[in-house]
Amino acid sequence: MIFVTVGTQLPFDRLMKAVESWAIRNKRDDVFAQIGPDRAYRPRHIKWANFISAPECRRRIEEADLIVSHAGMGTIISALELGKPLIVMPRSHELHEHRNNHQFATVAHLGARATVRVATNAEALAKDLDEMANWGASKPIAPSASPQLLSAIRFFVNSGADLATDPVLATE
Amino acid sequence: MMQFKQLFRRRTEPRRQRVLAVASGGGHWVQLQRLMAAMDGHDITFVTTLESYREEVPDSARFYCVRDASRWNKFGLLRMAIQLSVIVLREQPDIVISTGAAAGYFCLRLTKLLGGRTIWVDSLANADCMSLSGQRIGRHADLWLTQWPHLARPEGPFYQGAVL
Repeated sequence: MIFVTVGTQLPFDRLMKAVESWAIRNKRDDVFAQIGPDRAYRPRHIKWANFISAPECRRRIEEADLIVSHAGMGTIISALELGKPLIVMPRSHELHEHRNNHQFATVAHLGARATVRVATNAEALAKDLDEMANWGASKPIAPSASPQLLSAIRFFVNSGADLATDPVLATE
Repeated sequence: MMQFKQLFRRRTEPRRQRVLAVASGGGHWVQLQRLMAAMDGHDITFVTTLESYREEVPDSARFYCVRDASRWNKFGLLRMAIQLSVIVLREQPDIVISTGAAAGYFCLRLTKLLGGRTIWVDSLANADCMSLSGQRIGRHADLWLTQWPHLARPEGPFYQGAVL
């Protein structure tokens, strides 16, 4: 099962059409897509819903072998937490897919991860789909933030100190 | 005698705090959940913009859902501010923590006015610059954090690691 999701705010027709034509070429009938608002392109060859609830989204990630999505942090983190390979396509400002190009910045700074691929066009997406469609699950990441971040917050909550007045923490 | 012992214990253990944890639906919420291990043992109330998260929240925590609004919708923002004011006044949090966006900004400002302490952890999605709410919250956040080292400044926001 391949799960495609574009988040709740905006449609992402370029991604949807690329996945649909790959599914047709490869005769895959086990693709499900969450396509976004009403004006979104409605694929005819893959099953879809405009929106699904957050718990259902998580269940579908859990059940899928591969996730394809826009470069939203919610899906990226959920896929990593559930140990699922992921292909992200950042939304382009020039193609009116988002208000700005921040999804490109997000993926550029997230850096290399073995189970996450970044595809910026339909050809790259098809190539990654060919390669990753049979990968299966990988090792999930830990369910919590970095120990450094957790201890900074814990220290603040329990002690009442804050960074502005604590030179040791501030320069760490 | 019993009371005396309890007094003594209170001094050595951190006091149980009333924590308001606020995030819009989607990436903000997913990141907030990864911070909640730091709040173990405290009294937690969640505030978000999607009702369906209610089933993800542990039984020990309270849960509120408000109607979402962005800065493009002034009426929606006002309605959300009123809903959030009621929640903050009812919960009287000692601490409020948020990963964004507008709902978190309001709750930090309101809690600060009432004398609580405030934590802002800006979203990982903002790799080029802090989010608008994150920039504006500035000195109203007692702990003002970015998750990107290159966005940290000596006067804040500070970098102390990331949710990933």
